Amino acid sequence: MSERQGGNTALLDAVRAKFSGTVETLDEYGDIVLVSPVATMHDLLAWLRNEQGFDLLLDIAGVDCLELDDAAERFELEYILYGVSSGRRVRVRVHIPETNLDVPTLTDLWQSANWAEREAYEMFGFHFVGHPCLTRLLTHHEFVGHPLRKDYPVMGGQWCSTSSDLTDELNEDQRGAPR
Amino acid sequence: MGNDTGKTESTPQRGTHDEEFDRGTFEQVLDARRDDFDEGLDLSDLNTQPMFVNIGPTHPATHGTFRVYCKLDGETIEKAGIGVGYLHRGFEKIVETKPYPQVIPYTDRLNYCSSLTNNIAYCKAMERMLGLEVPERTKIIRVVIMEIQRIMDHMICVGTNIVDIGALTNFWYFFNARDHLNSVLEALTGARLTYSYSRIGGLAWDLPEGFRDNVRAALKKVPRAISDVRGLVVKNRIFQDRTRGVGAISTADAISYGWTGPCLRSTGCDLDLRKVAPYYHYDEFEFDVPVGANGDSYDRMLVRIAEMEESLKIVEQGIANIPDGPINVDDKRVMLPSKERVHTTMEGLINHFKVLIEGPKPPVGRIYDATETPNGELGFYIISNGSGQPYRIKVRPPCFYTMAALKYLIEGAMVADIVAVLGGLNVIAGELDR
Repeated sequence: MSERQGGNTALLDAVRAKFSGTVETLDEYGDIVLVSPVATMHDLLAWLRNEQGFDLLLDIAGVDCLELDDAAERFELEYILYGVSSGRRVRVRVHIPETNLDVPTLTDLWQSANWAEREAYEMFGFHFVGHPCLTRLLTHHEFVGHPLRKDYPVMGGQWCSTSSDLTDELNEDQRGAPR
Repeated sequence: MGNDTGKTESTPQRGTHDEEFDRGTFEQVLDARRDDFDEGLDLSDLNTQPMFVNIGPTHPATHGTFRVYCKLDGETIEKAGIGVGYLHRGFEKIVETKPYPQVIPYTDRLNYCSSLTNNIAYCKAMERMLGLEVPERTKIIRVVIMEIQRIMDHMICVGTNIVDIGALTNFWYFFNARDHLNSVLEALTGARLTYSYSRIGGLAWDLPEGFRDNVRAALKKVPRAISDVRGLVVKNRIFQDRTRGVGAISTADAISYGWTGPCLRSTGCDLDLRKVAPYYHYDEFEFDVPVGANGDSYDRMLVRIAEMEESLKIVEQGIANIPDGPINVDDKRVMLPSKERVHTTMEGLINHFKVLIEGPKPPVGRIYDATETPNGELGFYIISNGSGQPYRIKVRPPCFYTMAALKYLIEGAMVADIVAVLGGLNVIAGELDR
């Protein structure tokens, strides 16, 4: 535990040195959270992956902050990272305004970002700039709207009738891990 | 796949169209082919158009509902498109309308092959958020039933995977042993699939009478099943041909795709949260983390079989050392009062309805908590706004990310390899689509 906390302090120092003034650091239940603006998030995540050893992008969680008190912006994206060799965890939080849902894609860093971003796109409507195949993944291709937004009704089912031909997925070029 | 397999060499069978054509030896044919190519022969008259084949969404060999749409060159998959979401039930939407304890039955329906592990993973995250420390007895009971579930989950995965590539017997060997384990859990929880046994801050009820003996009796069936399957499968030539080198992935690629659990360990990486970030005294149990070398379908299956043996060790150690004591935390925010207090005191009655209707109210904040489930890292990212209902729960399902790599694994392979790869990934549609 002490070793992990020592690693956390080193990481916080490195973040403050590298991204002073732009990236805010939080501690939530012992986990480090880095709050980054959209403009620097790709640099921050690339730096975490390439230089700090956070090589596993576990998940991308979209959040609609519509009913959340003291939220900075309407939406948030939370990137959950893990360092396989160090055993450390870090999360990167990005506030995204409702007026501009463009977010840089991470598919150039991690393959796991591919499906995770597609899910965040269909559920919340984020537009991941540069994503190779930004189509609906879990919901039907005729589905309209973004079901995990807070203003989407819980029982808001839709009638979808035709099956998808999966040609977008078929033609997508996927060549293993980005180096 | 082909119709001519199994024919002996002395009586070559031919199609009617090349009756007169004497093929000669294989080498002669190859030489002739090479000469044709050297002369720049136009092969456009051969039937070489790509064929598009759709497999799924309901296919007996996929064990769940997903689609693979393939562009085939002969029997080789040139391109593949993966379609998922047929079992999307809106888990993350519906739980936003439920008090925290009522989310537990929904977690059963994530990975329905190991429901108890999902229950416990969710409760573990909630307990961390509420600052609760479950009693020692509960910790060891949770370890025991989680490891029983790991054995059962691996039995389904390995058993059905071997069925898919043509060996039915092994499935029954595993399911025979699994049924005994299932009966143990039925005596414990009253259910055989969706157990809902764990509670925030403890367990639904204590162990039934004779639980230890039942577990020991059921565990005795497992090593026999494993050795039976090993004897039939591991050194079997057909099995090796079908799985060795099929769907192979390097550690770097697997990490990039977000793999965890036995699938990642089959590539040689020994990441196991039970060792790296131990919870529930896993660091005090003696067990090894089996790893593979090549990350192919063969290694994935063998890692799972080896993990079952390690889980057996953990269950045996846990069963021998279940401490006495309470199973639930003493905290009125999460635990129901005793029926006697509910029926005789006003405070007890109010407490009862507060817990049932409003639910426990964790402080405003966010947490990400991960558990090593049979499939890999199951994470719950929970946002609390201070009310009794979660503001948002994001599940990190381990098989979502293994499934995302399927396109990469099967492109360039043969059609028959799809099921050999898919089964080894242990993709559970309930967890994948939520």
